[in-house]
Amino acid sequence: MAAEDVYRQEFPVKGGDFAKAGAVACRIKDLLKDLGLDTKTIRRAAIASYEAEMNVIMYAWEGRVNLAVSPREVSITVDDQGPGIADIELAMTEGYSTATPEMRELGFGAGMGLPNIKKNADIFHIDSESGRGTRLEIVIRTNGHKT
Amino acid sequence: MIVLKDVLALLNGELLTPGSPLEVECPKVFASDLMSDVLTSAEPGSLLLTGLANAHVVCTCSVADIAAVVFVQGKRPDSGVVDQARSKNLPLIATKMPMFEACSRIAAHVKDGAHGR
Repeated sequence: MAAEDVYRQEFPVKGGDFAKAGAVACRIKDLLKDLGLDTKTIRRAAIASYEAEMNVIMYAWEGRVNLAVSPREVSITVDDQGPGIADIELAMTEGYSTATPEMRELGFGAGMGLPNIKKNADIFHIDSESGRGTRLEIVIRTNGHKT
Repeated sequence: MIVLKDVLALLNGELLTPGSPLEVECPKVFASDLMSDVLTSAEPGSLLLTGLANAHVVCTCSVADIAAVVFVQGKRPDSGVVDQARSKNLPLIATKMPMFEACSRIAAHVKDGAHGR
């Protein structure tokens, strides 16, 4: 893949900024539409990036979402500075959540975010260090088929 | 499958986004106050019934390709949320009916029930 075939953009996300929650995911969705990707790929990428963006807003101090789009795949990498995840296996369990009542009142924090990102990704990696932050690597292939 | 104009009539609803097309067909219906569930389980093109009326509903619906939203139990989003929905071409309907009654009426209309979830 030649470097010029890849579209890249970085989006900052501020922890606790619930008023702007979803802004990055909506922007990514619009960009992928403009780039002419198929609707299934766009939806999977938008959902995964929304869940990841919400996690930064709900749990971290700040973060960055890096989008890279090639004809073959959409790559979304999310790095945050925050408390990190002490037990990743537990955090990946559907229904496990450390959300506050405020987050739940907004309709989030059901413990489905990370599992749902994994569900929508063809490749998913999570790495976290307690007290420092978390990195998510999400790849969605544009052929619309999970491998 | 249910058409938005039928939803409006069945629920004695008020269209909060005047001018939205009412001939839109929703192949599925999804009811939840939890946006996490919408992101996880609602199918594209679904009609969403919810008691949550904040900006996150519009954003979630946009991301998840939801066709339209019904706010039940007299819940009404503020004007900023309505403007946001209009900019995303998302029809919003408000009804005073409680969630159960609204779902029951839609389910009865759909009849075989197999088209909703």
